[in-house]
Parts: sequence; C-alpha cells; structure tokens
Amino acid sequence: MQSVKLAVSALALAAASATAAAARDNVQVAGSSTVLPYASIVAEAFGENFDFPTPVIESGGSSSGLKRFCEGVGENTIDIANASRAIRDSEVEACAANGVTDIMEVRIGYDGIVFASQKTGPDFTAFEPADWFNALAPKVMVDGELVDNPHTMWSDFNADLPEVEIAAFIPGTKHGTREVFEEKVLAAGCEETGAMEAMIAGGMSEDDAEGACLQVRTDGRSVDIDGDYTETLARIDSNTNGVGVFGLAFYENNTDKLKVATMSGVAPSTDTISTGEYPVSRPLFFYVKKAHIGVIPGLKEYAEFFVSDEIAGPSGPLSNYGLVADPELGDTQQKVADEVTMGESM
Amino acid sequence: MTDATHSGAAAPATGLLATDARTRRRNAAEKRFRAYGLAAIGTGLFFLVVLLGSILYNGVGAFQQTFINVPVYLDPERLDKTGTGDIAEIQKVSTFGYTPLVQEGLWAVVQEQGITTELADANDMKALLSPAGPAEIRDFVLANPDRIGETVEFRLLASSRVDGYLKGRVSREGIADDRNIAVEHLDLTDALRDAGVVHKGFNSAFIFGADASESRAEQAGLGVSMIGSFFMMLTVLLLALPIGVAASIYLEEFAPQNRITDIIEVNISNLAAVPSIVFGILGLAAFIQFAHLPQSAPLVGGLVLTLMTLPTIIISTRASLKAVPPSIRDAALGVGASKMQSVFHHVLPLAMPGILTGTIIGLAQALGETAPLLLIGMVGYIATNYPEGIAAGFMSPNSAMPAQIYEWAKRADPAYYERAWGGIIILLVFLLAMNVIAIVLRRKFERRW
Repeated sequence: MQSVKLAVSALALAAASATAAAARDNVQVAGSSTVLPYASIVAEAFGENFDFPTPVIESGGSSSGLKRFCEGVGENTIDIANASRAIRDSEVEACAANGVTDIMEVRIGYDGIVFASQKTGPDFTAFEPADWFNALAPKVMVDGELVDNPHTMWSDFNADLPEVEIAAFIPGTKHGTREVFEEKVLAAGCEETGAMEAMIAGGMSEDDAEGACLQVRTDGRSVDIDGDYTETLARIDSNTNGVGVFGLAFYENNTDKLKVATMSGVAPSTDTISTGEYPVSRPLFFYVKKAHIGVIPGLKEYAEFFVSDEIAGPSGPLSNYGLVADPELGDTQQKVADEVTMGESM
Repeated sequence: MTDATHSGAAAPATGLLATDARTRRRNAAEKRFRAYGLAAIGTGLFFLVVLLGSILYNGVGAFQQTFINVPVYLDPERLDKTGTGDIAEIQKVSTFGYTPLVQEGLWAVVQEQGITTELADANDMKALLSPAGPAEIRDFVLANPDRIGETVEFRLLASSRVDGYLKGRVSREGIADDRNIAVEHLDLTDALRDAGVVHKGFNSAFIFGADASESRAEQAGLGVSMIGSFFMMLTVLLLALPIGVAASIYLEEFAPQNRITDIIEVNISNLAAVPSIVFGILGLAAFIQFAHLPQSAPLVGGLVLTLMTLPTIIISTRASLKAVPPSIRDAALGVGASKMQSVFHHVLPLAMPGILTGTIIGLAQALGETAPLLLIGMVGYIATNYPEGIAAGFMSPNSAMPAQIYEWAKRADPAYYERAWGGIIILLVFLLAMNVIAIVLRRKFERRW
C-alpha cells in the first residue's frame, strides 16, 4: 500500500514540476566544441558581473548545435548556437521551416588551426598544403599523372619531411574544423599539385573535381577523430610518428607535449593569424534567436558582453586563451546592440 | 563374472599409498586447475591494484591547491569612483576593474620581501594569479562596501600553471614554448614559497565548488554536479523503487502464469541488457522533444536513469520475493489472511533486505552512468550555480558527477585532467559507500531458511 501511495505521489510530483518548467531564467547555449572554451570563459565572467544566472553551455559540435537551434522557438529550445563555421543555407531553411526566422549572426574572432606532432618525435616543422594533399588524398599526382596514392612515407613527396610512415589524425566530419581543413589545406593542396586540373582534364565536372579534392584515403593512414582534441593528443602521445590537427588554444595549453609545425613557412600565433599570414584559420560565430530576446532574461546582455572590448578585445581573456581578436569587433558590437539579423543590412 | 571384474579393474601392481600414473595425472590436473584459478585471481587483483594505484597517483593532486596570500588595497579611487559608497555605483566596477588591484598587491609583496626578479612590473604577476581572484574580491567588496579604502589580505588561488609547478606536473623544460608562463615566473614562485606567501593547502573547493571555465582549472569543483547527481538519484529512488516493487509483487504473487506474463518477464530481462545510450535517445525523444521537459535538468536525467534502473530493481526484487518460503504465505493464508495481507504483512517485510540491496546496487549503477546524459544535455559548462531550493534542484540545469568528470577530461588545460582523476576518486568513494551500505543491510537483515 505504502509503495503504491509513494508511486502515485512521485508521479504527481513529476507532473507538477513539469508544468513548473515554464519559466526559464538562464541562457542556454549549445554547439561547437571549439567555441565552448571561449563561451565558458564569457559565461563565467557574465555570471560574476551580472545579476543573471550563469548561462549553460553545452558542446556537441557546430552541426548538432545548429540543428538544435533550428528546432523551433520556445523555452525548451536553445537560445544561442555556437559554430566554428558559418551557418549553411540548408540550415537557414531548416530553421525557417520550424519558425526560426530572425537569426543574429555574431562573429567573435578567429581561430587558428595548427599541425602538431609529439614533442620528442621526428621533426615535422614545415608543411605546405600540398604535403597534406599528397599524404591524405586517395588519388595524387605522380610524374604528371593522376594515380592511386602510392605514398607511405612523408619523405616520399617532400624530402624536407622526415622519413616516417604517414599517420595523420584529422578532425571527423561532424567538426567545423574539418571544413576549414578541407578548404584551406586539402583543396589548396589539390590545386597546387595540379591534381584538380588533371581531374577536370580527365572528364570530371568542376564541382565533382572540387568534391574529389576533399576526399581522404581510407587505408588507415588518415584517421578521423570524432572526439575532442584530447583524443587526438592521446593518439599522438602513443604514436611517435603521428601528426594531428589541433586548435591554437589547445596547442598553447599543451606546449609541453606538442611540437607545432609551420604552414607555408609561417608559425601559428595570434599575431600571424590576425595578419592573415598564417593561412589556416577560420572565423568563429554564435547565432542568436532574436525571438528569445526579451523573453529569456540576460540573453542580449550576454551577447553584448561576449563581443565587448574587455572580453573579446585584443587584451581580453579570450585573446589570452588563444582567440584571435576580430579587427572589426566595433561593427559586431554595433550589430548586436541594434539586433541586426541575417539578411538585414545595417 | 569374476574374470570380467578382474580385467576391468586392472589390479594395481603397487600398494595403496603409491600413486599410479592415472592418479598422478588426475592430481596434476587438479594442481593445474588450482594454478589457473590462482593466476586468474592474481591477474584480477593485479589490474585492480594498477587501476586504483593510477587513479590515486593521478588524482590525489586535485585535493591539494596552491594559494597565494595577497594583501589587496581596496582603492576607493577605482572601486567607488563617486565616493558616495552607493552600492549600485560600486557594482558597476566589473571584475576586470579588480584585476590590477590584485596584481599590484602581489607586486608590493614581492618588493616588500626584497625578492630580486627579472619581471618588470605588476602586470607580470598575471601568470601567477588565477583570474578567479578578482571575482572573489568583488564579492567581498559588494558584501562589505564599508571596507573600501582598507588593505585586506586575501587567500587567492594560484594559476593552474603555478599550481602544476608546485605539484610537479609542470616542469621548467615543459614551459619553454608556453605563452602563458615563463621561467622567471617559476623562479619567483620558488622565492615566494620560501617566503611563505605561496603555499599549498587542502582544496575543499574541489569537493564543494562549482565548475569553472576553461581558463580557470584551479577553481573548478565537483560540488554542484554532486547536487545534480543527488537529485537524479532521488528521482530514481522515488520512481524506480515503488514502480519496480509494485511490478515485481504483481508478477510474482498475483499474475497468472500464462503467455503474456512470460513475454513480459523475458522482456524485463532483455531490458536489463539494453545499452544505456539507448535510454538516452529514448529520453531525448520522449521527455524533451515530446513532453517538453527542460534540457539539462536533473529531473530528466533521473527519469532516463529510472528506465535504466527499473529492470535491475525488478529482477532483484523478484529474486528476493521468490526466496521467501511458500510456507510463510501458506501459513498466513491458513489463518485467514487475504492474499494482499499475506504479501504486505509477511512476504514483503521478509524480502525487504534483498529489495533494498538490489535498489542500492541499481542506484550505484545509475550514479556512475554517463552515456545517456550526453544526449539530454548534461555535459558541458553547466554545473555553475547551486540550485535555489528543491524544485530548482530538479529543474534547473545541472550536470552529474560522471558527466562532469567526462567534461573535465576533454578540456585543454592539463590541470583539468588531474581534476578528472580527482573526480573519479570522489565518485568511487560514493560507489564504495553505497556498496558497503548494501552489504551491511544484507548482513544485518538477511534471513536464511
């Protein structure tokens, strides 16, 4: 009898609290694990300096964050999606289909992508995009012809690289980082080596060739890491010859274990990235649901605080952690203050 | 007849005490089997020792924390610009306004102690101090605005690099390429430690504190996620125990034995073997997307874990109900008790120790579960606010201990890695305590028939 009573009252309690869920007073954010560290730093400072509760930041990747962002408008959907890439047209459409029409795009700064290997391992100190294409593509140019990738050693195609087996750990496809890697490294290398031209000459349309340029070999020399940079680090730690792709901030926290390589002769740092010398970088964004401003307390304040000079400026905590400050931060601040949505001009 | 037995027994050529070849083989086989058994236990113990050893070795550091005693001059010029002491005005000064005060305070200490350093000015003190300090001082000032103008000594957190240096995690060679700290800072740390300004102490904030951002590993604690776990376990207990017990009593005592109950029984056993991530997906679809319960809420986590724990509780409850001899039921029925009276007055009390043991084991399992929580938004930078009251405890976003540990293990600063191991120690203490309670209950109340 007792237990029946208990069960009934427990169910009633659950039901009662479910209806009480109507009022949410904290900002909810989800998305890119690259933006998460920065967002957490901002959220912490926000909670300390404002009377609003500390926002909740979940990770999960840019795509999954934007997917949840586009699920609809309402208190049990997230207010902000963090993304390490710009929102895609297909995602904007998906958003619109669910009633999420007014989206504010906020660029917070730039993030560098670095290539690093074990501190005590062989010297991978100078890469070109072409090297990565040669190492990873399923089909590469050898002696002017497009053939199945025959390379097993880095030294096979660049005598400056060490004579060790190719073992690359690259971000998996759910990561926004992968897109930058494909665009800035693989596609660049594809053009540089002439593979793209050869593909088009071989009868491929330009679009197909561009797609083919971004393929990676599947014989195990290139490993997709779907987890976080800590997983890549663990793989590198246990593989002397491994080379991995990391975010600049992650590398800067683990300089005792990792040796960073230059790309096209430029070493990655916040300076070389902000000047554009270091080629592999990308903007970081977050997207705000305008319909939630005024409904969720603190949402606009959080967005404004995020892009304020003392946070996202060149000497702010984000920059200290490894974010490359956006030179056009002033414009962004204005856009956030005016709640300018995507598609609207200022 | 006699011939047959003779040839079959093949009379031993030797006496009773000397062993023949076959006996020796059997004895050897037995010895080998014992050796295998011992080897198996030895291997198990070896791995247990390695596991516990490495957890303790990696995690014990998290319970120690480096602090710096800094006298901070609460400069009225900067903290109360209007000079009116108006709290609203003082509130306008953000934590960024407090940062220079802390750095100047530590720089003054360095000069007072007469420490020679190559570092040029107060700004260089940044690498030694945690960015958590200014927030602590701001809270102090807002609570005691009348103390502006005084110099107050604070016990502030050292930065994670300095903390790591004193714990041996950060080496002088290791920081050669580190942008955040230089060898001069480590020299200064050594000098300040000799002067007693920098010291290590017990890190109670690690056990009771909230999660911190990526740049403040030194501030992070497990406390808030512990509360999250507590509310989840409460939900599981309040739902799974009554539902599980009611289901088992019905199935065991009242239900007719037929096809349908057979199918139900088989499915309960199957459910117990379903991977926990499946319950996470179910929870996401049913509780968040369909029932519109909030994301990241311990209530939803608890509901998901309830689903996961139910089969365990049902199976153990049914086993302990079965263990009550039928004679007890017959006796009760024989003196005129109804079926329900016999169950609730006699069978259930006798089965209670077993049910409780099963429940506690189920709860311990749920406490250590991470996978389903990934899907309902309990992993990330979440466990930051202590819930205000019981309802908020169930509803406001929170993490859970294993999810927090997973999150820490992912973060970039190696100091978080240490915290993750430390968190595992705390989690293990909880699990151990629950198992001990289960064993004690069983020992104390168990009856043998």
